[in-house]
Amino acid sequence: MSIPLHAGTENCVGPEKGEITPAFEKQSDELVSRYPVSKRSAVLPLLHLWQETFGYIGPRGVEWIAKKLSLQEIQVLELVTFYPWFRQKPYGKFHFRVCRTLPCALGGAGKTFAALQKLMNLKSDGHEGAMVSEDGRFSLEYSECLASCGTAPVVLRNDEFYEKVDEKRASDLVTGCR
Amino acid sequence: MNPWNHDVAKDEKDLVDVQVDGVWMQMPRGLNVVEVAHRAQKFIPHYCYHPKLSVVGNCRMCLFEMGTPKMGPDRKPVLGADGKPEIAWMPRPQIGCATNITPGMGIRTDSALVKDCRNGVMEFLLINHPLDCPICDQAGECKLQEYSVEYGTGASRFVENKVKKPKNVDLGERIVLDDERCILCSRCIRFSSEVMKDDVLGFVNRGSHSTLTAYPGKSFDNAYSLNTADICPVGALTSKDFRFQMRVWFLKETKSLCASCGTGCNVTIGSREGKVHRLTPRENEAVNSQWMCDFGRLNFHYLESKDRLHRPLLRAAGEQFPGTWADAIQRSVDGLKKVKPEEIAVVASSRLTLEELFVLKRLLAELGVNRVDTVPNPGQADNFLRSGDGNPNSRGTELLGLSSGGRKLGSWGTEIESGKIKALFVLGGEDLIASGLPASTLAKLDLLIASGILTNETTRLAHVVLPGAAFAEKTGSMVNVHGRLQRMTRAIAAPGEAREEWTILRDLRMALTGGNSFHSVEDVWKSMAAEVSQLSGLNWARIGDLGIQIESVAQAAGVKAG
Repeated sequence: MSIPLHAGTENCVGPEKGEITPAFEKQSDELVSRYPVSKRSAVLPLLHLWQETFGYIGPRGVEWIAKKLSLQEIQVLELVTFYPWFRQKPYGKFHFRVCRTLPCALGGAGKTFAALQKLMNLKSDGHEGAMVSEDGRFSLEYSECLASCGTAPVVLRNDEFYEKVDEKRASDLVTGCR
Repeated sequence: MNPWNHDVAKDEKDLVDVQVDGVWMQMPRGLNVVEVAHRAQKFIPHYCYHPKLSVVGNCRMCLFEMGTPKMGPDRKPVLGADGKPEIAWMPRPQIGCATNITPGMGIRTDSALVKDCRNGVMEFLLINHPLDCPICDQAGECKLQEYSVEYGTGASRFVENKVKKPKNVDLGERIVLDDERCILCSRCIRFSSEVMKDDVLGFVNRGSHSTLTAYPGKSFDNAYSLNTADICPVGALTSKDFRFQMRVWFLKETKSLCASCGTGCNVTIGSREGKVHRLTPRENEAVNSQWMCDFGRLNFHYLESKDRLHRPLLRAAGEQFPGTWADAIQRSVDGLKKVKPEEIAVVASSRLTLEELFVLKRLLAELGVNRVDTVPNPGQADNFLRSGDGNPNSRGTELLGLSSGGRKLGSWGTEIESGKIKALFVLGGEDLIASGLPASTLAKLDLLIASGILTNETTRLAHVVLPGAAFAEKTGSMVNVHGRLQRMTRAIAAPGEAREEWTILRDLRMALTGGNSFHSVEDVWKSMAAEVSQLSGLNWARIGDLGIQIESVAQAAGVKAG
């Protein structure tokens, strides 16, 4: 197994495309203004904003935010790689999160995950993190507790929440993607 | 100044009572428990804590058992049978680095609980460690190794797979990183951020995948980067220059000085069998704290340069031939006797020690030679340790009156041309051609004697070349730019027939003037201390390993400016 020279960017696909609009600048300035004591505190809100706007956080985002907050790039990259919510590559149009915390794991999350993976025709690259289909339509990853242990296993499709997702239901969820 | 300095108490006289392993004692208020234990001759092991860096408390190795005075219903401390306050011990251990002492605090550094904690922390730290000690450069000075012996179990219970991480990562020009050995103490990150203000290192990923890295595309190569290899408690950061060169336990350690600039950072020379393998900073709060610059640290390879002068050289028929010391001294004496004292000029060198300069001073006084100066060597000052003076002993030459800061030197070119100067003695490997004197001018001299370490344009023209010793090869003292007198000690012998300059000058003096009062470098010191007011009453023992301030910093700066 080859290990890349720079840890923390294994999943990075390169700079994000898209324009930084005046509206985006204004929105980020507003976020920074909420932290008058230390603008460093605005780094998480800005990361969220960037990801919502550009789909993922690549080197362009890290460097833009670092500059905005007078931080060093490494200080932003540390956070991007620490939080699983932040991603360094674009996810599919339909992003699935399968809970794997204990109740869901006991409830068959593994089977659900395997079914989804097969339906989406996804191959694992050996790294932690999401798998994305070649056509960019689907992506899939495990997540930690989604706070509905009584209805395990549970799945999050984009922002929609689904309970008791067995293999049959998983299939419905995939075919139901429009 | 360093805002941390956890090992320095704010006020040594503001004491509070603490109990360390059952013994009541008084310690300065505000010190943390690791430092208090240290002062109490106890040792609390630690990895991430460093007295000169901020406290992060992430390694958990310094766990200790803490107690506070037991209070009675009257809110007064309950006294035991011995009249001392009784201590209520907390059930959970605390970290020593982030706990400052308070009045009446109880500290246990060797209880069963503490031992158990250390054992557990060691086990966790070793879980993903590659245990490649046989090929690791840190072996022998590795805290993981040492504490494993002291506090570990000796056997592993871990049967799962270890986490793979990047190895042989090229962090910068002088540093290599092995992430699998890293225990994530963050000392290197804090050094870069707090001392160097050069944030390129950080931890990425999370949990057992946490990895030390430089930001992609950035390299960790600031002028002080090698200090991180010193403070790295394990073999994660290693010096490209030193790695795989020598096992550290073979190194002879000699307390000396860095001679690469006027700061005179205190160093330890690591040598073996006549070869210097590394320089490491030696703590001296008055000079360099625990740091030194990469330039000074690596500036010793010239000791083995192929340009090194190994034997005396004598010019004959336009060429230089190796000769004996007796011939070289005789030729110099004959040449100097042929000219009048006022026709002799001497380039003393601020690279020489005070002792060497003093023998020179005696010789010049006995001969009646007045034309003496040094070559200034302006260096690249930074706002940390590196001085703008590239010579290690400029203050020393000024102290002995052997330097006019190069002002006299300016006119020597024309004086050689006009025949006023007929003989020139250049010491300390100064290269006059490099500092602007044309070779054609030097060629006009009846006699050119050059002593030095390496061949240069000036030594090539000399009638007599006297091979000298480098900083690691001699014992003596120097005065740094801040007016601090410090000692250096010989670590290795000079190569071939090269000799310490003071012995060369002693022999010259004996042959020229018959003066034979110096039999050892200590003799030189005694005479010097008797003659030079700033040194009166001082001896080597008083100077000690850390030196002694002989002028105020302002005074030294004033002389320099004036």
